Amino acid sequence: MRITCPNCGERDRREFYYQGDALALSRPAPDAGPEAWDDYLHNRDNPAGETRDLWFHEAGCGAWLVVERNTVTHAIHKATLAQKVKR
Amino acid sequence: MGYSGFRVIKEGLFGQKGWKPVWRDPEPKAHYDAVIIGGGGHGLATAFYLAKEHGLTNIAVLEKGYIGGGNVGRNTTIVRANYFLPGNSEFYSHSLKMWEGMEQELNYNVMHSQRGLINLFHSDGQRDAFARRGNAMINQGDDAILLDRDGVRAHLPYLDFDNGRFPIYGGLYHPRGGSARHDAVAWGYARGADQRGVDIIQNCEVTGIDIEGGVVKGVQTTRGAIKAKKVGIVVAGRSGQVAAMAGMRLPIESHVLQAFVSEGLKPVIDHVVSFGMGHFYISQSDKGGLVFGGDLDFYASYAARGNLPMKEHVMDAAMTLMPMIGKAKVLRSWGGIMDMTPDGSPIIDKTATEGLFIDCGWCYGGFKAVPASGFSFAHLMATGRHHDAAAKFRLDRFRTGVGLLDEEGTGSQHNLH
Repeated sequence: MRITCPNCGERDRREFYYQGDALALSRPAPDAGPEAWDDYLHNRDNPAGETRDLWFHEAGCGAWLVVERNTVTHAIHKATLAQKVKR
Repeated sequence: MGYSGFRVIKEGLFGQKGWKPVWRDPEPKAHYDAVIIGGGGHGLATAFYLAKEHGLTNIAVLEKGYIGGGNVGRNTTIVRANYFLPGNSEFYSHSLKMWEGMEQELNYNVMHSQRGLINLFHSDGQRDAFARRGNAMINQGDDAILLDRDGVRAHLPYLDFDNGRFPIYGGLYHPRGGSARHDAVAWGYARGADQRGVDIIQNCEVTGIDIEGGVVKGVQTTRGAIKAKKVGIVVAGRSGQVAAMAGMRLPIESHVLQAFVSEGLKPVIDHVVSFGMGHFYISQSDKGGLVFGGDLDFYASYAARGNLPMKEHVMDAAMTLMPMIGKAKVLRSWGGIMDMTPDGSPIIDKTATEGLFIDCGWCYGGFKAVPASGFSFAHLMATGRHHDAAAKFRLDRFRTGVGLLDEEGTGSQHNLH
């Protein structure tokens, strides 16, 4: 599995730390209530197929990436800087 | 028909013609008292104990593939009770006791072999942690012996004791730990359930769960609609998809865990051994293959196969611990789909829907839990009350923060277990 970092180019999976579903980019408001926070922290769609998740280029440029990939085939379609996705 | 040594000899004399399939292949009925979704080890054990302990025999196990084709046929077959936290400790202790009576209970040879488990440690701090774990195991009524370096050497002379980076300081020995023939566990429970009237329906995928007014009414399947008063979801790595049919999102992320087996060798590794400084554990199957594995690949996956970095790590760790293994050839490797919870411990609970129950989140440790999971889940489905041995495996513990079972002490967060 290789990920193409927008800053560094195609790199080995070992350079990246996996955080999990990219829902971390849609953090609820501080006063959204316990149910919204429980859902955000613990519950997952856990799709078998296309997914978007967050990877940290730990041994590279140090950027957080949103990676679009397939959990069934391990195909990686696209990696975008999380900074740009967020805005 | 029972199994015995006499029958093996008799069939041998008469050309093995008397053996018959040991479970039926029934058509699904329109209505059952209870339906179990998932014909793996846990699902079959649940059906068996619903019939045996609770007298519920109008039940069906729905399996989308074939019996024994999921994680119960794809694991590394370790059976142990060396947990530390209250909640896990009594459950796995209960499970090991059930393993010890399983072959008699099922009249089925599951080749349960209590060859002993040795978890190695490589520093003073790790020794302290293992001493504490051993004491917790003894308090629970199980067995644990803290071995020093010479004690380990007496059991495992082939290890690299003076490895420059990770010398062996000792090990925690759990004599009642061991392994079992994984497929046989599924087959034994399937046969036992079938004998008690349970319909085991293979090639039957659940495509929907019918709920009316907050009460479960049945399931939709590729072989038609089936009405049921109670439905149990026991589908391991696929828990997220099946729960979604009931409108639920679960605290579960499915990951890939790899395992490996070597060519068949003469007996060389008599125990189950785990390395304390890298992810590697090993045992030898009765066929002679060295069965070993490591940690998760650490990304969400349903591919049922992993990537090379974890393979390399496992082989590195193996060579560090037991250089002799370098002579063996790896025959094959594979990956299983692990239903990972944030704290690394399982869930056996009711859901918000009346009559709908869930047993999931077994992470990378479901095999040893098969009997007690089935027993406890059957108890919950039949009586509506949690069994004492599994009372803490609550679905809401993540929301409340009460009773988290973070056995590794790394935190209750998805990417940490």
